[in-house]
Amino acid sequence: MAATEAAVSADAQRREPNHGLRIFLIWLPVALAADLIIWFVWGPHMPPGDMSSSASGQQFDINVMAVMAAPVMAFILIYAGYALVVWRHREGDEEDGPPIHGNTRIAATWIGVTAALVLGLFVFGTVQLVVPAGAGSGEGNTPIWKPSGGTPLQVQVIGQQWRWTYRYPQFGGFESTSLVLPVGENVQFNVTSLDVIHSFWAYQLGVKADANPGINNVAYTKPEHTGQVQVRCAELCGLWHADMTTLGQVVSTSAFKAWAASSRVQLAALTRNLPPYALTYDPNSVAQLGKAFRQAGLSGAGGQYYGSQYPVQP
Amino acid sequence: MAIDIQPDRAEAPGGRGPGAPRPARAWWLRPAIHTGIIGAVLGYFLGHWLGNYIASGYTQVVNSGQNDFAIILGYVLGTVGWLAGLGVFNDLGRQIAGRPVHAAEEAQAASSGLARYFRYSLDHKVVGIQYLVGMIGYFLTGGLLAMAIRTELLSPSYHVFSSATYTAIVGEHGTMMMMMMSSIILGPLGNYLVPLMIGSKRMAFPRIEALSFWLTPAAYIVLLSGLMFGGFPFGWTGYAPLSVQATQGADAYAVAFGLMGLSLILLGFNLIVTIICYRAPGMRWSRIPIFVWAIMTTSFLMVLAAPVLVGAMYMLITDRTVQTAFFTDSLGGSSYLWQNLFWFFGHPEVYILALPGFGIVCEILPVFCRKPLFGYRVAAAGMVGVTLLSFFVWQHHLFDSGINPDMRPVFMLTTELISIPTGFIFLVGLGTFWKAKIRFTVPMLFALGFYFNFLIGGISGVFLSDVPADTTEHGTFFVMAHFHYTIMGGLIFAFMGGLYYWLPKIMGIRLNQTLGKIQFWTMFVFFNSTFLPLFAVGMAGQPRRVYTYARSLETLNDWVSISSFLLGVSILIFLANFVYSTVITRVREEGNPWRSRGLEWQVASPPPPGNFARVPVVLSGPYEYGVPDAPPVADLDPPLGVLSNADASVVAEGAEA
Repeated sequence: MAATEAAVSADAQRREPNHGLRIFLIWLPVALAADLIIWFVWGPHMPPGDMSSSASGQQFDINVMAVMAAPVMAFILIYAGYALVVWRHREGDEEDGPPIHGNTRIAATWIGVTAALVLGLFVFGTVQLVVPAGAGSGEGNTPIWKPSGGTPLQVQVIGQQWRWTYRYPQFGGFESTSLVLPVGENVQFNVTSLDVIHSFWAYQLGVKADANPGINNVAYTKPEHTGQVQVRCAELCGLWHADMTTLGQVVSTSAFKAWAASSRVQLAALTRNLPPYALTYDPNSVAQLGKAFRQAGLSGAGGQYYGSQYPVQP
Repeated sequence: MAIDIQPDRAEAPGGRGPGAPRPARAWWLRPAIHTGIIGAVLGYFLGHWLGNYIASGYTQVVNSGQNDFAIILGYVLGTVGWLAGLGVFNDLGRQIAGRPVHAAEEAQAASSGLARYFRYSLDHKVVGIQYLVGMIGYFLTGGLLAMAIRTELLSPSYHVFSSATYTAIVGEHGTMMMMMMSSIILGPLGNYLVPLMIGSKRMAFPRIEALSFWLTPAAYIVLLSGLMFGGFPFGWTGYAPLSVQATQGADAYAVAFGLMGLSLILLGFNLIVTIICYRAPGMRWSRIPIFVWAIMTTSFLMVLAAPVLVGAMYMLITDRTVQTAFFTDSLGGSSYLWQNLFWFFGHPEVYILALPGFGIVCEILPVFCRKPLFGYRVAAAGMVGVTLLSFFVWQHHLFDSGINPDMRPVFMLTTELISIPTGFIFLVGLGTFWKAKIRFTVPMLFALGFYFNFLIGGISGVFLSDVPADTTEHGTFFVMAHFHYTIMGGLIFAFMGGLYYWLPKIMGIRLNQTLGKIQFWTMFVFFNSTFLPLFAVGMAGQPRRVYTYARSLETLNDWVSISSFLLGVSILIFLANFVYSTVITRVREEGNPWRSRGLEWQVASPPPPGNFARVPVVLSGPYEYGVPDAPPVADLDPPLGVLSNADASVVAEGAEA
């Protein structure tokens, strides 16, 4: 007991170290190392990858924010860890801590730094949203941020419980269950729904746009590499929400043209029976049409893609 | 004001009405929970019959074979019957009939024994404990549902539940946690502690306070009864038109959420009036505990946001029953309308869940750092700032929906701005650590856990506020992990810390500290091990609310599921500790175990009826630790005549402001 008391008094006599400097010196290398690792090691593999212009834009955004967030988190954790080690209560010390009620300079600095970070992020985020034509997210029916150069390839995405179908109006308006896109060409997705709200999410393309009944929601992207694209539904739409998936493909321009031409011919019978291509479909009339189509063994934008017992309960 | 009148009335009982106690009736004749249940059953059948009588001929009902009208009327009249059976309307009836109504103070003094917890009690301490037990019960129900979700997600191919059961469970879990938990701190700790903390003998409106509690069991039962109709397949967000086309489970959702909305409005309203009007003399705005600031700002959020929710639920109910078309695009309505209304409530709602947590940790830190709170004004300003800004961010939930796409930069800005006042809470915490003498008690551990979790939750929120990044993250497990970090990791950790801190006050019994530490470490480790991987799962492309997923994510999902079961165990440790400490060991804790300066700790534990023998005069702030010659926090037995003088000075201050 006497030994502890002596240690405590000796501790008190020792000159108070510069805690702020110590924390800074621990923080600086940690923050630098974290940022370098995030940017150079982790960054190139960060989701959603770089398969399209919008995906690589999102990847860039996530990396930049991670690089900004890491030093902030490191500072708070290092400061708190330092405090918990250095300023913990010592046995036998019943005195209260120093009565510091606040410090205007520190508070102002804190507010200034956080405000600067936040405003910087806002400007960065806005630029990243506007310049790459809406960054792949749904822009409503009258988009103001469009890609430059020519009319993009039109792909209508129709969501219904529980299936995605795709119409290609520039190729006769055929409707397919597979999403095929040419590489290196701007694509305009016109996303709509026949029943409830879905959300069209082409993961590798970095595209997400809600499919609302009676509304056309536009999203742009430009595939830059060929490969497979997983399409999922990102808005709970009922029983088989999880099964609303498609495996899409980005292929070379010539392969796409060949696929479109053959699909156009193959699906001609179905296309004739579909409602004419429009940006939205009236869910009420669609349901009526759907019944007739199903009796005729047809399906598509007419609705009712599935029979009542399909997909089977697993 | 009321403060000045109370002591007189307490000293001379029977200022109004006959002073003699009424002859007590037999217990089964007095209104309590059993008469409430009888009322609820009668009301339900009456409502159901009425609904069938009115609506059985409607084309919609005939075509679909389901009569939502009858079910909703059944729920509503059942709730009314429940409240009537509990005696909620008795005093109202007496007043209408011109008979004397017993004052709340008398009712408060007259109630004693275990039975009062099963009655419509006007004592704020009884209501606080009713709320506490209720909230823990709702929380455990929601937690069990979460375990069920994680059980299903153990495998992408083998299914424990059908997809219909799974979506029903997801909906119940989300709604239970988001709506029933909105008053997890304001209900128990707010109602119990606010009068004690501000030096009042009671809440402003004891009947409204009790009503706000007794609506919650009704909401809980109605919500769970949705499972009997097959549940509702639309999560807690209830996006129309899915919620309009869904089967009867959706009626339970709409009525339960509406009832809980009413409860929130009443609760918040009562707390606001209490805090503004019932502070003891000398309890200036610069001296009220920071927890009370948090309660106050949260109450404003409740009072302003919940009416929008109740309105939305009402519209949904009319859409489902009498064929209005608020949310049907082809008939002139809009599915966007629901998203706007819902999130206009829904985003303040997440701050309703976060702010009380801020308040609790800011209350705990100074006590165990033995230092004044760093930047009291900054903390209060942070809470007020969050409250104001939270009404201007709701459309960040709709970034990809195609609504107002050109407004996205604005909502990106407001969303990112809200991290500035939230950061104040971190500044306050870090400042309080500076040269402190940190004691690692159980409440302090939970407060530290709160900071760690909320840091991750907050930083991940910044990723979601950026539209391009959000395009990948929206609607995925990333979002799910984010808000579990802020709510489970923030609110529930703060709530646990608050329980360990204040249960000795509320019950006069100390909870076992070793078990508390075991609980903290299991909860902290397995919380992080559950939700940290979910950020990766979300980024890797797993959407929310799916019962099956990509095979490549099975390992991560299994890890998460097993962790979540162990997280559930940590909650069981809390229950075990609670039973062990209150039933088996019962270590009395009468004084001030934490050596806190809070006004609530200056009275006995548990507090006597009426809280304070006399209205105290507050002399200094609650965080003056280490200040040489700091006056005691309050004079609990002020000399006669001081009250009116102090009151006069309070009035003068108010006039200046």
